[in-house]
Amino acid sequence: MPADNAVPPIVEMRGITIRFPGVLALDNVDFFLRPGEVHALMGENGAGKSTLIKALTGVYAINSGTITVGGEPVVFSATADAQAAGISTVYQEVNLCGNLSVGENVMLGHEPRSALGIDWKATHAEAARHLAALGIELDTRSELATHSIAIQQLVAIARAMVLDSKVLILDEPTSSLDRDEVELLFKVVRDVKSRGVAVLFVSHFLDQVYEISDRITVLRNGKLVGEFPIAELPREELVTKMIGRELDELTAISKSADRKIDRSSTPVIKATGIGRRGILEPADIDVYDGEIVGLAGLLGSGRTELVRLLYGADRADEGHVEVNGEPVKFTNPRHAIERRIAFSSEDRRAEGIIADLTVEENITLGIQARQGWLRRIRKAERDAVVAEYMEALGVRPADPSMIAGNLSGGNQQKVLLARWLATAPELIILDEPTRGIDVGAKADIQRKVAELSAQGLSVIFISSELEEVLRLAQRVVVMRDRRRIGEVDPHTTDLDGLVEFIATSGEGNAA
Amino acid sequence: MNTVIGAVVRHRLFWPIVALVGLIAINGVAQPRFLNISVRDGQMYGALITILRESAPLMLVALGMTIVIATRGIDLSVGAIMAVSGAVALTIIDNSPAPGSLGTVATAVVTAILVSLVLGVWNGFLVSVLGIQPIIATLVLMLAGRGVALLITGGFITTVTSAPYKWIATGYVLLLPVAFLIAMAAVAIVAVLERRTALGVLTEAVGINPEASRLAGVRSRGIVFGAYILSGVLAGVAGIIVAGNTMAADANAAGMFIELYAILAVVLGGTSLMGGKFSIAGTVVGVFVVQTLEITIIFLGIPPAQSPVFLAIAVIVVVLIQSPSVHRWARRVRDSWRSDTPAGEETKAEVAS
Repeated sequence: MPADNAVPPIVEMRGITIRFPGVLALDNVDFFLRPGEVHALMGENGAGKSTLIKALTGVYAINSGTITVGGEPVVFSATADAQAAGISTVYQEVNLCGNLSVGENVMLGHEPRSALGIDWKATHAEAARHLAALGIELDTRSELATHSIAIQQLVAIARAMVLDSKVLILDEPTSSLDRDEVELLFKVVRDVKSRGVAVLFVSHFLDQVYEISDRITVLRNGKLVGEFPIAELPREELVTKMIGRELDELTAISKSADRKIDRSSTPVIKATGIGRRGILEPADIDVYDGEIVGLAGLLGSGRTELVRLLYGADRADEGHVEVNGEPVKFTNPRHAIERRIAFSSEDRRAEGIIADLTVEENITLGIQARQGWLRRIRKAERDAVVAEYMEALGVRPADPSMIAGNLSGGNQQKVLLARWLATAPELIILDEPTRGIDVGAKADIQRKVAELSAQGLSVIFISSELEEVLRLAQRVVVMRDRRRIGEVDPHTTDLDGLVEFIATSGEGNAA
Repeated sequence: MNTVIGAVVRHRLFWPIVALVGLIAINGVAQPRFLNISVRDGQMYGALITILRESAPLMLVALGMTIVIATRGIDLSVGAIMAVSGAVALTIIDNSPAPGSLGTVATAVVTAILVSLVLGVWNGFLVSVLGIQPIIATLVLMLAGRGVALLITGGFITTVTSAPYKWIATGYVLLLPVAFLIAMAAVAIVAVLERRTALGVLTEAVGINPEASRLAGVRSRGIVFGAYILSGVLAGVAGIIVAGNTMAADANAAGMFIELYAILAVVLGGTSLMGGKFSIAGTVVGVFVVQTLEITIIFLGIPPAQSPVFLAIAVIVVVLIQSPSVHRWARRVRDSWRSDTPAGEETKAEVAS
């Protein structure tokens, strides 16, 4: 065991058990966090990561077990207790006040005072000092909401430093950050760590976990699998420990990418010079029967913009689109749906799931919207469709009357996929269908996509995980800086080649 | 057995119905004749029947408001639309050579409803096509509508005599007030329209997540548009009934503050102002609660000068009865009273700290 085991942990959680009605969310779990380490907490959705974090931050009361912070036993009955004990949390959705200034957010509740009340000049100076200590330069008087999510997270970290936190919890902080922003965040995290703060890091991105963490704790089904120094746990082993079975499944899917596509026929969709001023430079894309076309590029490269124009979610102001050889003009998603084109947005919560409706209402929404409000889908037909797709995609729990918002991210994604597959599309556009979901659900979705395309469904597949794109697609269109920079053949290009292409090549034109 | 009781208590209509039954019980204890119902000349009489009759305008308005609120909207103009509708109907009757004929009354009623429909279209256009916030968009007509009504009546309170028209508001069929039957028919029509077709679930989808609904191919704009048209038409019918009660079109007083009572009734019935899930049955109960409160004030003989204060207190009590956090608090207090053991003392101390 490494020498730093000699350092006493700042947080000791022993024998933590949390029971919800009908579910044992955490079963006798031990977890230790040491000063000056970045500790990754890994597990599939539903493994108990969030529950453990919520126990540590005072959101949930524990049924049994003990928590000590800095050697003192503690009982948290509210989040304020945890904060007072020096535990700060930075969420994916930043919990700061967007309408206040950066400086006010950093110093909130700790503003320097003078005889006349809050000394704003000193407050902003103090805030700037805290930010500068993390290597961030910002106008502290600017409104927080005007900054990117990445900057807002850094502000949240600066605020944690003002609170003199000993423990910093980063819960999926990188989900919506691009590569440069992640680098900036990690620089700050390393800096915080060097000051002896213990950092608890939760992420679905394995690359990032291996880049930043010193130690990994793995949970599965509410039970502790083990705690490992990062060097002693190779990636494949981590994944195996997380899902509890050998992960040959993902590699098995790759064979489908070798399928030959007949490109002599009329393409299902063919767009020429489609674009919109300030959003996307004119780009071409075409998809043939049964083909999966991958769209690769960084966040903000124009991937999402391109497919939104194709679908009519946003209006294109130039270009020409043909569906099965017929010219079309989509100014509304309904026009695309009539042509049997489906689009699943990257923002599951804001643009996908209808959280307060049930799973079956969500699944049948696409069919119902196409039929119009007057012809309600018959109960027998609805039950059959819902049962078929919940079974085919493995939605858990298998309860059609469950409120969709209560499902895990992976299962919500399956419900959305079911909604679109139920409309029997010819082309389905999937924008980040596997983001932020667990490995098992990811494999399920990839397998389903490969299977359906083999049966003739055409797919446009967008993902930030380039391995996934290379594995599934028969062709990969690469975007950068809001324009198409070229096309890559996944059979002759490996991951490094694709990364290099995204980063450097394609100075010429799309053709 | 316990699970049955639990299911009843957790039903979303449980607390609204408790509030309604409680109000009726208080009245019944204070004055037993409150519960009396007698039949004379083919009409039922009694305070409870009065509640049914008087609740009709509010029922119609709250019904439309429920659907508008489900789309994440609000319709502040319903009171003004009632004033316009009453003014149109009575002015037509007033200007007719035969104010008592069925034809005249039919023309008046149909025209008033068509005008209300146009006003609903106006609201729908502002909200769903121009994308103006509902509270502002309907505020326009709330303020301007009474001006339009005054213009129609020429600035006077138009009074007419027309037996068929009066029958709409004060007549009886099958022992029951016509106005109440109209309101119930509207409830039935809207319930069938929303729940037997897919309109209800699509309306909820749009209210919960407009952008996701649009991307799923739902005609969000049409659904929101339709909600305001429905609200306008129902307010128009309410205006016809209110004008029939007094046989006078008072542009300044007709439907005054009814939008606020309607919102109160909708919320008491369990439909959230955040939009989405809505309950027509809840709104019906909510309307009866609000109407019973008003009648209670009259029935208990509270002086008019004090009645707003009484109403305010009663509303606060009713809202508290339905509040989930009050229920949690009551459960904690009850639990700590039940056990006199030291453990109980501890719980109490924890709650207090």
